[in-house]
Amino acid sequence: MPAHPPGDPVASHPLQIRDLTVAYQRKPVIWDIDLKIDAGRLVAIVGPNGAGKSTLLKAALDLIPKSSGEVLMFGQSYSQVRKRIGYVPQRESVDWDFPVSALDVVTMGTYGRLGWFRPVNRRVKARAMEALDRVGLADYAHRQISQLSGGQQQRTFLARALAQDADLYFMDEPFAAVDAATEQAIVALLKDLKANHKTCLVVHHDLATVPQYFDWTVLLNMRVVASGPTETVFLEANLRKTYGGKLDLLAQAAEAVRKLQ
Amino acid sequence: MSWLPLDTWIVVTGALCAAACALLGNFLVLRKMSMMGDAISHAVLPGLAIAFLLTGSRSSIAMFIGAALVGVMTAVFTQWIGKFGNVERGASMGIVFTTLFALGLLLIVKGADHVDLDPGCVLYGALELTPLDPGFTLSGFGLTLTVPRATAVLSGIFLLNLGCILLFYKELKISSFDPELATTLGIDARWMHYLLMTLVAITAVAAFEAVGSIIVIAMLIVPAASAYLLTHRLSTMILLSLVFGVAAAVLGHISAITVPHWFGFSDTSTSGMMAVVSGVLFGLVVLLSPNQGLLFRSRRTGKAG
Amino acid sequence: MDWEQIISVLFLRDYNTRLVVFSTLLLGVTCGIMGGFLLLRKRSLMGDTLSHATLPGIVGLFLAGVFLGNDGKSFMLLLVGAAVTGLLGCWLVLFIREHTRLKDDAAMGIVLSVFFGAGVALLGMAQTLPEGSAAGLESFIYGKTASMVATDFQILVVVSLLVLGISILLFKEFKLLCFDETFARSLGFSTRWLDVLMLGLVTAVTVAGLQAVGLILIIAFLITPAAAARFWTEKLERMLILSSILGGLSGWIGASLSALLPRMPAGAVIVLVAAGFFVFSMLFGTARGVLLRYRQHRELRFLVSRQHLLRALFEILEGQQSGVDELEVTPVPYEEVRITRTWTDRALNKTLAHAFRDGLVKTRPTDDTILLSSRGLEEAAKVTRNHRLWELYLIEFADIATSRVDRGADRVEHVLGEELVQALEAKLQTYRWDEQVLVPASPHPIAGGVAPSTEATP
Repeated sequence: MPAHPPGDPVASHPLQIRDLTVAYQRKPVIWDIDLKIDAGRLVAIVGPNGAGKSTLLKAALDLIPKSSGEVLMFGQSYSQVRKRIGYVPQRESVDWDFPVSALDVVTMGTYGRLGWFRPVNRRVKARAMEALDRVGLADYAHRQISQLSGGQQQRTFLARALAQDADLYFMDEPFAAVDAATEQAIVALLKDLKANHKTCLVVHHDLATVPQYFDWTVLLNMRVVASGPTETVFLEANLRKTYGGKLDLLAQAAEAVRKLQ
Repeated sequence: MSWLPLDTWIVVTGALCAAACALLGNFLVLRKMSMMGDAISHAVLPGLAIAFLLTGSRSSIAMFIGAALVGVMTAVFTQWIGKFGNVERGASMGIVFTTLFALGLLLIVKGADHVDLDPGCVLYGALELTPLDPGFTLSGFGLTLTVPRATAVLSGIFLLNLGCILLFYKELKISSFDPELATTLGIDARWMHYLLMTLVAITAVAAFEAVGSIIVIAMLIVPAASAYLLTHRLSTMILLSLVFGVAAAVLGHISAITVPHWFGFSDTSTSGMMAVVSGVLFGLVVLLSPNQGLLFRSRRTGKAG
Repeated sequence: MDWEQIISVLFLRDYNTRLVVFSTLLLGVTCGIMGGFLLLRKRSLMGDTLSHATLPGIVGLFLAGVFLGNDGKSFMLLLVGAAVTGLLGCWLVLFIREHTRLKDDAAMGIVLSVFFGAGVALLGMAQTLPEGSAAGLESFIYGKTASMVATDFQILVVVSLLVLGISILLFKEFKLLCFDETFARSLGFSTRWLDVLMLGLVTAVTVAGLQAVGLILIIAFLITPAAAARFWTEKLERMLILSSILGGLSGWIGASLSALLPRMPAGAVIVLVAAGFFVFSMLFGTARGVLLRYRQHRELRFLVSRQHLLRALFEILEGQQSGVDELEVTPVPYEEVRITRTWTDRALNKTLAHAFRDGLVKTRPTDDTILLSSRGLEEAAKVTRNHRLWELYLIEFADIATSRVDRGADRVEHVLGEELVQALEAKLQTYRWDEQVLVPASPHPIAGGVAPSTEATP
C-alpha cells in the first residue's frame, strides 16, 4: 500500500519502487527491489559490474518489462508523469555520426513538451542555448556532435536533460570516461539541480567520489544491499557486502570518507 | 543528340521521382535501413498481382493500394521477425521480401492466361515511355500544357513526402537519432518507423508504375548517402540529397541518349543511367569531399608525415 | 496428377527432373553453409547485393563478345563477367564501409542499386542489337530452372564441391571471424583476406546458381535456411549442418512440387518451401523458438510469484514462532500475505489457485486464511533456504557472484556445488543462532543504519 494517496504530487516521493523483479530470458537480473527516494536528493546507485544498475533504470522507465512489482513517480505511474521525468542514457546508446549539432541535440529535450506538429521556435532554441551555457558548452553549440570530445558529448546529453526541465532525473553513468573539466561541470550541475529541489538518480562507478558528490546512496548487487543517507550507508561493512573482498576499491572508499571528515 | 519536349518530360518525371525518393532516403540512411527500399520494391509484387487478378486492369487504383499494403506488411513482418524471433534485421528483411516476391511470381504465373504483367517491368521500368501516356491538360494564359500521367502522380507523391517530412520533422529527427529518448519523451518511435515505411511503400509503388523500381532503390539510398558525407546538418543533408537526385535525373537522361552512341548503339534505359550517374556522383563525393574526401585526406596525412 | 507421375518425380525417372532436383538440392546445401557464415557475420543481405552486382558483368561481357565478333553467348565468358563485377561489388562494399562514415547497409544499398542500374543500362543497349541475340540474358535474373542443361549442372557440381571443401578447410578461421573479428586479428589472422575469401566463395556459389535458379532464389537460399537453423541450436557446427540440410530439403521438395504441379515456377516454390521451414522453426525451434521463449517467460513469471508466496508464508510463520527448530503450520490471514508485496488480489488469487492445485496449500483462494500443506511447508522451506543461500552467496562472493547467480535453479547445489553450499549453510546457521538477521526478509525493508559486519571468506 502506498504511504500516500496516489496522485498527490506534493506529499508523494519522487520515486517509490516496491517489490521490483526484472528477469531476462530465464534469469532474474534484479529482485525484491524496494526503494523510496526523498525529493531533492542526489542519489548514487553503486554496485559491481552486472549488478543490474542500468536494468533498474530501464525497468523504472518502462524501457524493459518488469516481472513483478510497481514503480511510482510522484505517486503516479510513469506514463502519467512522463513529462516530469528526464533520462540521460549511456553515451554509447546513440550514433554520434548523426548530422546534428550540439544545440540540436539539446533542443530535442524540449520535444516532449512541445508536442506533436509544433515546430521548434525561437524561445525553445533560447532555452536550449541556456542549458548548453550551463554546462559550459555555449561556444560549441553549432559543432556537429562527432567533433565534440567524449566529455563534451556527455555534457551535451546533460544539457538536453536540463532543457527537458524535469523534476526527476535518471542518469546512466554520466561520469564514465570523462575529463576532469566535465566531471566538475557535471558535479556543479547536480548541485544546481539539488538547489532547485530536483531529484537525481545517478548510476555511478567511482566509489572514491560517492561521499563527496551524493547525499544518498543505494548499494545494489542484484538486490538492494542498503539505501539511505550516504553517511549512514557508505560504510565498509555495507560495501563489503556489495563488492566482496575487492580491497583496493574499499581502500579507495575509506580514503574518500576520511578526506571528507 | 536532339532534345525534344519529350526529353524534357522524361527529365522532369525522373527528377520528381528522384526527389521524392531522396527525401525519404535521408531517414533510411540515418536509421541504417537503406536496404528497406530494395526489400519493399521487390516485395510489392504479390500486392500488384492480387489487385491485378481481382480487377483485371493495369492502372487501377486498386493495384496501387494492394501494393502499398503489401509494402507496409513487409516492414511489419520484418519488425516482427526481428522482435519475436530475435533475428538480425538484414536477415529478416531478406526472408520477408524473397518470400513475398516468390509469392507474387507464383500468382502471376498461375494467372498468366489473361495477365500481361511482366516482372521485368517492375525492375527496369520504362521512363522513356512516360510522356506517351498523357494524363492531364492544363490550360491558362493562352497556353495549353499536357502533363503525362506519371509526372502528375509523382508530383503528388513528392508533395506528400515533402509535407510529411515538414510536418513530422522533429519527430523523425529525434526518433532516428535516439529512439529510446523519443519514447521516454512520449514520441513513440514505432509510429514514426511505420509512417516512414508507409511513405517508402507508396513511393515505391507509384514509381514502379511510372518509371521502374531500380530508380527507387538507387534514389532512396545514393543521393542521401552522398549528402551525408558532405554535411553535418540534417536540413542541409536533405537539401543536398534533393540536388543530387535532380542532378542524377538530368545527367542520367543526357548520358542515356548520348553515351551509347559513342559505342555505336542507340539510346539506352534512362532509369539505369540515372542509377549509374548517381553512383558516379557518389564516387566523386567520396574522393573529393572537403572534409572527408579520400584525396584530401591522403594529401593531409602526407603533409603530416 | 496420378500416382505414376508422383512416383516418376520422386524416383527421378525423368532426366530433366533429375537434373533440376539435384541442382537445387546441391545449391541448397552449399548456400545453406555459406548463408550460415553470412548470418553470423551480420551480412545476410550481402547475397542480395552480390547477385544484383553480377548483372553488369554478364551484359558487359556479352557486349564485349559481340564487339569481338562471336555471338557473345559463350557461357563461361558470361560467368567470368558475373564473377568479376560480383567481386568488385563486394570489394566496394568493404571499401565504402572502411573509408567513409557510412555503415554496412548504405554501402550494400549503393553498390546494389548502382551496379544493377549499370546492368539495366547495358541491357538497354544490348537489346537494340539487330540480331535480337540478347534474348537469353534475362534468364540470369529470373532463372530458367525448368530448362537447365547438363553443363549448368556440371558447373554447379564443381563450384559446390570447391566451396564446400574450402569452407571445411577454413572452418576454424571462419568461425573465429564470425565470432570475434578483433580477436581473430589479434591472433594474427588477416581478417580482411578472410572476409574477401568468404565473400569470394559466396560469389562463386551465387554465380554458379544464378543462371540455374534465378536471383531471388539465390538470395533466399543464402538467408532463409541459415536463419531457420539458428532457432534450433546454439552451436555453430550444428547450425551449419542443419542449415545445409534445410537448404537441400527446400530445394528437393520445391523442385519436385514444381515438376508435379502445372505452372509452378521452381524458384518461387523453393523459396516458399524454405519460408515454410523458417516459420516452423521460428515458432517451434528448441533453442530460440518463439513458443519456447514465450513459455519460458510465462514459467518464469509463474515461478517468481510462487516463490514470493511461499517465502512470504514461511517468513510469517517464522516470525510467529521464533526460536523454534521445527516450524509448525498454522493458518495465516490472507490480508497479512497480501500486504507483503505489491500483488493485486487477482494475481495473488491466481498464484494461490495454482498452489492449491499442486497441493502446496490446503485452503482455497477464496478463504480468509491460507494454510500450507506439509509438502507446501517443505517447499516453502526449500525456497526460503535457496533465497537465503543466494543472498548470502552474493554477500560473500559479491565480486564474482553476478554471473553465476541463477535463482531459477531448482537447487542451489546444482549451480554452486555441494561443498560451497555446505559452507554457506553453516554460515547461515551461525547467524541464526546468534539471533542476527543476516539475510533480510523479503522484500527488504532495509534501514539506512549499520548492518552487521561480516568477515568475507575468500
